[in-house]
Amino acid sequence: MSDTPPLVVMSGISKNFGRVRALASVDLAIGAADLVGIVGHNGAGKSSLMAVLRGTVARDEGRFLVDGREVAADYDVRQARAFGIRSVFQELSLCPTLTVAENTRLSHRDLKGWGWRSAARRVIGKALDTIFPNHGILLDAVVEDLSASARQMVEVARAFSILSMPPRLVILDEPTSALDAQAAHQFLNYIVRSRENGISCLLISHRLKEIVDHTDRVIVMRDGRVVDERRASGLSPEQLVEAMGVMAQASETAVAQLRPGGSGRAKPAAQIENAVLAHDARSRGGRIAFTAKAGEIVGLAGLDGHGQKQLLQAIFRSALGPADAGLRVDAEAAYVSGDRRAEGIFPLWSISENLTVSLLKGIARFGLVSARDEEAAAREWRSRLGIKTPDVRSPILSLSGGNQQKVLIARALATDARIILLDDPMRGVDVSSKREMFDHIRHEAADGKCFVLYTTETEELINCDRIYVYYQGEITAEIPRHELSEERVLAASFGRAEEASDAAA
Amino acid sequence: MKALAARLRERRWVWSFAGALVVWLITVISAGGRGAGATLTAGLGFAAFYVMAGMGQMLVVAAGPGNIDLSIPAVMTLAGYLAIGAMHGDPSMLWLGIVVVLAVGGSVGLINVGLIKIARVPPMVATLSAGFIMQSITIAYSKTTTAKPPGILMQFAVGRTMGIPWIAIVLIVAAAILGLVMSRSVFGRDLLAVGQSERAAYLAGIPTRRITTIVYVASSLLAAVTGLLLAAYSGGAALDMSSDFLLMSIAVVVIGGTSITGGRVSAAGIWGGSLFLYLMSTMLNVLGLGAGVRYGLTGVIIIAVLALSEDHAPI
Repeated sequence: MSDTPPLVVMSGISKNFGRVRALASVDLAIGAADLVGIVGHNGAGKSSLMAVLRGTVARDEGRFLVDGREVAADYDVRQARAFGIRSVFQELSLCPTLTVAENTRLSHRDLKGWGWRSAARRVIGKALDTIFPNHGILLDAVVEDLSASARQMVEVARAFSILSMPPRLVILDEPTSALDAQAAHQFLNYIVRSRENGISCLLISHRLKEIVDHTDRVIVMRDGRVVDERRASGLSPEQLVEAMGVMAQASETAVAQLRPGGSGRAKPAAQIENAVLAHDARSRGGRIAFTAKAGEIVGLAGLDGHGQKQLLQAIFRSALGPADAGLRVDAEAAYVSGDRRAEGIFPLWSISENLTVSLLKGIARFGLVSARDEEAAAREWRSRLGIKTPDVRSPILSLSGGNQQKVLIARALATDARIILLDDPMRGVDVSSKREMFDHIRHEAADGKCFVLYTTETEELINCDRIYVYYQGEITAEIPRHELSEERVLAASFGRAEEASDAAA
Repeated sequence: MKALAARLRERRWVWSFAGALVVWLITVISAGGRGAGATLTAGLGFAAFYVMAGMGQMLVVAAGPGNIDLSIPAVMTLAGYLAIGAMHGDPSMLWLGIVVVLAVGGSVGLINVGLIKIARVPPMVATLSAGFIMQSITIAYSKTTTAKPPGILMQFAVGRTMGIPWIAIVLIVAAAILGLVMSRSVFGRDLLAVGQSERAAYLAGIPTRRITTIVYVASSLLAAVTGLLLAAYSGGAALDMSSDFLLMSIAVVVIGGTSITGGRVSAAGIWGGSLFLYLMSTMLNVLGLGAGVRYGLTGVIIIAVLALSEDHAPI
């Protein structure tokens, strides 16, 4: 065994982006059949390290060996693939206008010649069946017609599909954030099983429990460095949070103060009798009507793609123009999407321009906006939400994903809108930033705003006063916060509403 | 040095003016130092027409990938013919000419928007086919009229103060205002946001459909005014008077530093691009090279500008 060199050895890897030090002398070694978790706050350097490993970013300094041999200076994605290093991206990389099988061809160039299409179908179909039994995805479906969860399943299956060059190391950057609970479970079990075939995985996830339960060891990164490495067995998510930094704990106490147990702080909400938002879908056969009052945080749960997003979009549309049938919206609405690349940021602009775009009318004088007013507003929100940047005039793309997301949330909060629609707003946001933002959201709710939160992460629901669970476009359960349990949400998510409410009653 | 490079990246229009200056110097030197001022003032006059049409094109291009107005030349000729015909050389009918210009520009703009937003025809095809229809109306109408523009309009179109054409002065002011509107007004910001991501702009509460409508109507209106003034300048409308403007309206915008994929504009750069392209054709004439060389060079320059200026950094 000792004569077999480790699969990957990196030592002293550094990388700067302009003045930002993304990686500061990082060491990393990965053997065969090695399951490694990587955790850290946004901007800790996880994604940069993975980018160097998969060949999309060139290192500035450091040694990088694969199979004991130094990689060439022009190391790129192709060479990485030739070594069997594959990636599942945090942002989906499938081509939306092609079918599942055709997308398989895109990353597997040896699917060629006559019959490549059926070969591709066979390969991806086999991978899907292995990882996600009963996935129900049609291999000839066009990707844009699939739900986000199904797309992520295809993405994952593509990376693990076996061709002439089998995968040896798969880099998984938040692979489960877009998967629904069941698929995430299937997938994590699969990577543990695939270790028996000698496949190594690098798992980056903000769901710390996933990492602790499914890897051998965990590497903790902070400020571009590896600060800790632990064996995963016996490790608790709390211990990991501690290793990542102390910020998260301070926030925890704040949560506890603001949220005593029980049904919680309903006073501001009770003063306002009328719902600002109501959706009666009972005429279409639904049993429970949706309402949300000022001062409330209302959660939408259920498996991904069961109508939660449609409700958010219908509310937004109805706030702008004529209301959809059965929907009453009594206030202006603002929308925050977690899909920041497609639905959030303006990539050519500064942080300040991105933040103020929705409130320009308010700060304009004679139709013109002064740079000073704009930047003052941006600076104010920077300090309120703790957006990490020395200068609000820096490009938005200079921020890490979590901080970009804070800018988008600030954009919505800064407007006059009393209804804030949160569409999976914490995607790719680290634990402590997430807590800070939920603290802020609760304060804003207490001041009379109304939040509707759709999230794919069950633990975020604890921030809500009430939760509606969706199943196939209908609400199957309404759960007040003090009755919230993962079992009830899960039961209702699979349409077992009666049992769920019977169990509660 | 780095700060300077960053500033130049911000102010892309500087390059177009630098190019215009170089081309002008070559022209003047190869003509033995004669006609330096005359070349420049003539350049200002002709470039002003490119600028007028180019401003509309810039607004449309700013609205994002795929947005382009190919009906500009057809609108110019149609508005030129109909307005000159309506006034029939009578200065007291100037108001009617202006009404006709606004009516032609406004209606073609709305037709373009309708085709793009309601019928869901891609902008390139929508504006091109709307242009063909306008062209056929123009050809039919041109057979019935040989009217001259009213004197007062001609005087304005060719008027000069200290050698500087009035039209150029008006358009320098107009470009400055447009620059301010794009960088500081709510409308300008909204447009640039739509140009970067229509979906994100919609979710940020920007009235995306209204913004798109405004830019297409503005582009057609500017084209119609350009057509009227160009007809007045040349003493009457002609069927081929705008044949240059399909390519030129796009070229001046791109060379001036506006991003062809939307979201980033330069109003000053339209002037730089227009002066550069006009002075380049003067230079090629002085050097004894023909239109063929000019088109070839224009193409090469546009490709070079796009290859050098667009950011290749992944988002």
